[in-house]
Amino acid sequence: MGCAQRVPELVIPSPGFPAHPCDGRVSVGPSWKDAPYPVLVLDPSGAVLDANPPARLLLTDRHGGGGPPDVVPSWLTDAHRSVTDTTGTTPAGPSAAGEIGDRFFEAHPSRLEDGSVMWWLVDGTGRRRAETSLQSVREQARTRALVSSTLLSSLNVPRCAEVAAQLAAEHLADAALVVLPPVGRRYPVTHAVRGGPAVHASRQFDPRAVAGLVEALQGFPPVPTRWIDPGSLPGWVVPKGFDRPVGSVIITPLPGHGVSAGALILLRSSTERAFSPDEEAFARLFAARAGAALSAARLYSEQSAITTTLMRDLLPPTLESLHGVEYAGRYRAASDHERVGGDFYDVHPGADASKETFVVLGDVAGKGLEAAVLTGKIRNTLHALLPLASDHEQVLTLLNGALLSSHHTRFATLVLASVRREGHRVRLRVTSAGHMPPLIIRADGRVEEAATHGTLVGALPSVSVRTAEEVLAPGETCLLYTDGITEARGGPLGDELFGEDRLRQALVECAGMPGDAIVERVQMLAAQWLGRGRHDDMATLAVSAPRTVPTADVVGVGGPHGRNT
Amino acid sequence: MSETRLSPAELRDRLWQAVLEGSEFDAVDVVRAGLDAGWDEEGLLLDVVAAVQTKIGLEWAADRITVAQEHAATAINERVIAALVHGPAAGRPAHPYRGRVTVTCVDGEWHAFPARLVAEVLRLRGWQVDYLGAQTPTPHLVAHQHHTNSDAVLLSGSIPTHLPAAHAAITACQAVGVPVLAGGRAFGADGRFARALGADAWAPDARGAAAVLEAGLPRPMAARQAVDDLPHLVDQEYTMVVQSRSRLVKQVLADLESRFPAMRGYSDAQRERTAEDLVHILDFLATALYMDDAEVFTEFLDWTSEVLAARGVPVHSLVAGLDIVAEQLHDFPRVLGFVREGAARLRGPASDAVVPGTTV
Repeated sequence: MGCAQRVPELVIPSPGFPAHPCDGRVSVGPSWKDAPYPVLVLDPSGAVLDANPPARLLLTDRHGGGGPPDVVPSWLTDAHRSVTDTTGTTPAGPSAAGEIGDRFFEAHPSRLEDGSVMWWLVDGTGRRRAETSLQSVREQARTRALVSSTLLSSLNVPRCAEVAAQLAAEHLADAALVVLPPVGRRYPVTHAVRGGPAVHASRQFDPRAVAGLVEALQGFPPVPTRWIDPGSLPGWVVPKGFDRPVGSVIITPLPGHGVSAGALILLRSSTERAFSPDEEAFARLFAARAGAALSAARLYSEQSAITTTLMRDLLPPTLESLHGVEYAGRYRAASDHERVGGDFYDVHPGADASKETFVVLGDVAGKGLEAAVLTGKIRNTLHALLPLASDHEQVLTLLNGALLSSHHTRFATLVLASVRREGHRVRLRVTSAGHMPPLIIRADGRVEEAATHGTLVGALPSVSVRTAEEVLAPGETCLLYTDGITEARGGPLGDELFGEDRLRQALVECAGMPGDAIVERVQMLAAQWLGRGRHDDMATLAVSAPRTVPTADVVGVGGPHGRNT
Repeated sequence: MSETRLSPAELRDRLWQAVLEGSEFDAVDVVRAGLDAGWDEEGLLLDVVAAVQTKIGLEWAADRITVAQEHAATAINERVIAALVHGPAAGRPAHPYRGRVTVTCVDGEWHAFPARLVAEVLRLRGWQVDYLGAQTPTPHLVAHQHHTNSDAVLLSGSIPTHLPAAHAAITACQAVGVPVLAGGRAFGADGRFARALGADAWAPDARGAAAVLEAGLPRPMAARQAVDDLPHLVDQEYTMVVQSRSRLVKQVLADLESRFPAMRGYSDAQRERTAEDLVHILDFLATALYMDDAEVFTEFLDWTSEVLAARGVPVHSLVAGLDIVAEQLHDFPRVLGFVREGAARLRGPASDAVVPGTTV
């Protein structure tokens, strides 16, 4: 402190102090040494010239007492260098901030005339702690929001497990395992190491080997998050790619909706600190969210598996060529989130090429799942009536009786067609039961209506129909369709029906097209006509005589030849 | 490659002849001959079948083939693909399983051919592909993601008017944690619309799509707000044009008839064609508003005038229609800007005449 006397005992004008006009006389007022804040004077080289008592105390105390009072912390030395390096004469340079001992200070410099700098230290520890805590709370809230929305984004069980494992490895631990309830004797396990992808495995193991896993998987008795001894872990718990020794492990149940959705195992390496109570609480919250998400995904997949199974028989069949005749169908259900509705079609192949193939397209009153269930019954009934299929009137009479005696109050309209290839031509017998007659697209572009009509089924005590016989030359098509097409409402003016005239006009342009292109075009025109408008179920089915004949595939002509239409 | 290998041009010519004649068997023979000559399936799909499909579209636009021929040719080409990829796999190198993806068209999109090609190429390269085809309602697409846990959705769009629907599909897939790779003409030659709609990636063709998938497509983690993608929608001009489309069409038709007496003699069918043209104009205008990109509109007008010219229809009726649209929508600055640009494009570069009704 040999140089202390070089520092004039002046009131230094500086931020935070009222500036007194200084006329050179010795101050009689309070000096900077009396300031309640630590104040240091450093010479241009950074050595301590002087310090007031709070500063001395601070520098001495910072190493738990006994530290050298003339060594300033490095951040202040750096700040001092940057202030003294600048040649400018600004009285106050940039302020700095840093830790001294366990406290945090902001340092404000004032340059003195001789080139030394007086540093005023302001204790900001409280504010700093509040800010840090606010920051971490914000961070946690952000993480929780992200975790929640990401966990809830998928209704796919494996995907949910992936997301849970990856998020847990990212935000809670160095590695995480999601163990789901067993399928048979194997446990689906999804693990992730921080920064890596989630990996699925199906494992067979004894859950009793991991303390707490049995309880966590059963969800009973209710157990809190549990610490496990890393030394007792079976090998499968430590994922591949986790090459450091395991330091701490906790296991927590994934509570689903009333039942356990699985267990979450978190691993931290020995170089990381163990889980704090705060982190354990977050892990429990995370497990609750993940459990709910997994549980919802499991319910959804169970329900959709049931729906898929029940609906399989209601879906329209895929059509292809049969016995030398081309069949193509297309279906659009009334609402976009359904796949089935009140329209249906089926093609029942004849036993061989000499036998007729039985085609049916129909429309049950109403739409949606309820109508679809009735289409299933009608389709089953018709399937059972296949041995009688050559007699359309008898089939329809039997179906009518079955529908009248069932508890359904709905009725249906149908078109039946019996189709057989004869040489290069295709012969059809078609019968409409209250349905729009099929349209026949001739090779030359004429569009004809099959001359059939009849009463609908399921409404009247008896059925009367008239069957038409038609012959398709190569390249010609018979189109069966439902009124969803012609009654599509929309168009450029927004409120017109598509109508039969527009359909016929469109079919004129379809002359010579393959059947699958025709049904697609008709559905496309109707869909474009509709725009975004509401619509009924729309079904189209084309029966076509192929244009080109593969020589190997020519069908022998069977049955009576001379039948005329 | 070997000396005996058939050139792509030769195969394309032969396939083009076969599809034009509607001969499925000849067409399949062409690609079988290609396989025998040492071509692999991917090369045949992309360098022969796809090229012929492009030609089908161009020939239709130039009025050299009819709509029926176009459909028939496309149907034959589809069957060629089926024969090619479901044929004997002899000599086909076995790829390791790469993952599972969904290939689909945008809701309302009927041009499924490009998506089909992408699906088959990815299958050949070892991906498990769920091909949902044309006109896939977005709810089906999302439900499919819940069922299958796809690594990615490949979304194909050909017609720009489906871009708003594509936006809905992109955000829906991302919301369930599946990244979306967009492709097809609708997204722009440089993919700028795919970026604007927040797609995770864009690819110019099937090989590009395969490369993106092979490089790995990270999953979107945080839910994105679709409204942030297109801040200009706040002016509601898109919504207004879409909602008043039918009313606008009726109004423009009535105005055209009062200005052009010749139109009063139109048959119902002719009137309907005109109305349909107006619907197309308004749909593309609405899409331009949605994307805030005038080129969506002007490119459509360029294409339309080419198609009309090929069929000997004068373009001035289009210009007159645009003029009336501008009068009807004069309160909407973005609409007006796009309509002006469109009208200027139709009049040709020499003309800078003001569109009537736009001087406010």
